[in-house]
Amino acid sequence: MSEAVQPDYTVDSTDYEVGQDNVQVLGLDIHNPVFMISAVTIVGFVIFALMFQEGTAAFFGWLRPWLTSTFDWVFMSSANIFVLFCLFLVVSPWGRIRLGGADATPDYSYAGWFAMLFAAGMGIGLMFFGVLEPVYHFQNPPLGVNPEDVEAARAMGMAATIFHWGLHPWAIYAVVALSLAFFTFNNGLPLTIRSAFYPLLGDRVWGWPGHIIDTLAVFATLFGLATSLGFGAEQASAGLEYLFGIPATDVTKVVLIVAITAVALISVVAGLEAGVKRLSEINMVLALALLLFVIIAGPTLAVLTGFFTNAGHYFVNVLSLSNFVNRQDFDFMHGWTTFYWAWWISWSPFVGMFIARVSRGRTVREFIVCVLIIPTLVSILWMTAFGGTAIEQIVADDYQGVAETVAAYVPELSLFKMLEVLPLTMVSSFLGIILVIVFFVTSSDSGSLVIDTITAGGKTDAPVVQRVFWATFEGLVAITLLLGGGLASLQAAAIATGFPFAVVLVVMCWCTFKGLRADPQMAR
Amino acid sequence: MYKVIAVPVDLAHADRLPKALETAARLAKAYDATLYYVGATTETPSSVAHTPEEFRGKLERFAAERGAALGIEARAKPLVSLDPAVDLDRDLLKAFGEIDADLVVMASHVPGIRDHLISSNAGWIASHAKISVFVVR
Repeated sequence: MSEAVQPDYTVDSTDYEVGQDNVQVLGLDIHNPVFMISAVTIVGFVIFALMFQEGTAAFFGWLRPWLTSTFDWVFMSSANIFVLFCLFLVVSPWGRIRLGGADATPDYSYAGWFAMLFAAGMGIGLMFFGVLEPVYHFQNPPLGVNPEDVEAARAMGMAATIFHWGLHPWAIYAVVALSLAFFTFNNGLPLTIRSAFYPLLGDRVWGWPGHIIDTLAVFATLFGLATSLGFGAEQASAGLEYLFGIPATDVTKVVLIVAITAVALISVVAGLEAGVKRLSEINMVLALALLLFVIIAGPTLAVLTGFFTNAGHYFVNVLSLSNFVNRQDFDFMHGWTTFYWAWWISWSPFVGMFIARVSRGRTVREFIVCVLIIPTLVSILWMTAFGGTAIEQIVADDYQGVAETVAAYVPELSLFKMLEVLPLTMVSSFLGIILVIVFFVTSSDSGSLVIDTITAGGKTDAPVVQRVFWATFEGLVAITLLLGGGLASLQAAAIATGFPFAVVLVVMCWCTFKGLRADPQMAR
Repeated sequence: MYKVIAVPVDLAHADRLPKALETAARLAKAYDATLYYVGATTETPSSVAHTPEEFRGKLERFAAERGAALGIEARAKPLVSLDPAVDLDRDLLKAFGEIDADLVVMASHVPGIRDHLISSNAGWIASHAKISVFVVR
């Protein structure tokens, strides 16, 4: 590609200095006005929602179905664009561009890097939905599959679940992460979401358009995280009730969120290396232990062969599942797919920025393979082990424990019911609760790092007390939304903030492409 | 008595630590020692530099200018800290080891990076370093 494309912009075309719009007050180093707008709105939201709990619940109860049914096409088509864009970059000549310049070297080993991006990217969701979702889709298969036809329903149940945890979510993350890593490390722009729009907006990104993008990113991150923290609190308290008889009341959940936020605070104060990375690694070891336990104690052979057959079912059905025209299965498409896409999108500024920060020194191709393909394979294995085992329990042993939690829709109990009929129930269930808590902590601490960086105008060396502020407010938002309408409110809030961001991300793809084309590494 | 003297410097606030720089320079001259300006940067763009390479260049220019003005042998030791808000002290200590420094001269706080926090960089360095530490107040 030596017929170099003349770049329409270069790094030197901006005089912007990182932190030039920051103000230093009370020992803080914060971006003006992004920090103030975000902080005031969040504090206001917490107070308002606590004062009018019923109104909050009613509003969010209406908002979610309205958004997912009216704008289903926005979510579904943008997610498809992201997958295609990533796959295109892997095979394109731009795949060889190295993040951080041609001579950059990675700072983290594959193991440490992978542990951090996986712990941040999926976390609690795998624990929460790993058992319930395959069983749910097995009993209510999408695309008009007859639930009476056990084998067809099983295949479609697994395919539909993997669809929600496979290429699409990781493509959403990859788009944001790649774009941020590229504009930060290769173009020297500050590590905030707005920098990705420099090719489009030029120096206007340092003004109001940029303020709006960054503030939206902060909201999306806070509400997306709060949803996961809510899931985590529900599941951990359900597990504690199930194992030790501690009643799963609102008080228990609030105490759990407070306690876990406290651990997250310790981690975030200990820093990226001693806190976040170490916890992520512990997290991966524990998750691997639980995964291996389920595979060995469960139907081992069925899981191992299931990995390949389920991957096959996924690839056969992924096109019809991603299509959004002429669908009849609206419960599936609006209730599940659109919700997931919105949830992943609302998480994308956070996960994307976190992945970007730890990805310097990788090439674009290596980056996408590691962020898109490998996590998808892990998701297939995880869902096969947890969901496949649960379906096998129903089909082969006629065990209805998990099916009952699905029928009554208490997803937080599904995992424990599945573990109940495997040996060493106490040990494995306890490990499950610990894992939920550790996933919770790893999401909360990396989330605080990200929000702090955005609200400090891209500075990664802002005072630690700012991380403490955001970690605390993540906990508070989770508590507030749990009390004001429970999980339904949490999910609706995540979708509401994810929607504007879906559009933002499509534009981001185009900007990334423009940036990659202008990279000097392509001219050599 | 001293062969290699290290002095941490924050390029964003180089004007705010003249006392430490002055002390380090005089000591280096008196003992005919090499003076290292140790500067920390992040991988992500900062107010000082867009990339670690740009930072290295700026620090090297700073060292060369100071060395010529003071008539001493001055060098630059840039270091990249992945999370300076937390790890700066430890990273500095590692850098002192890499250049075999036998004396560190530093202001009680490296202003700008952590000067608003409870802990003092110099205090931590003084209690953890195995070499002599000269704290300038």
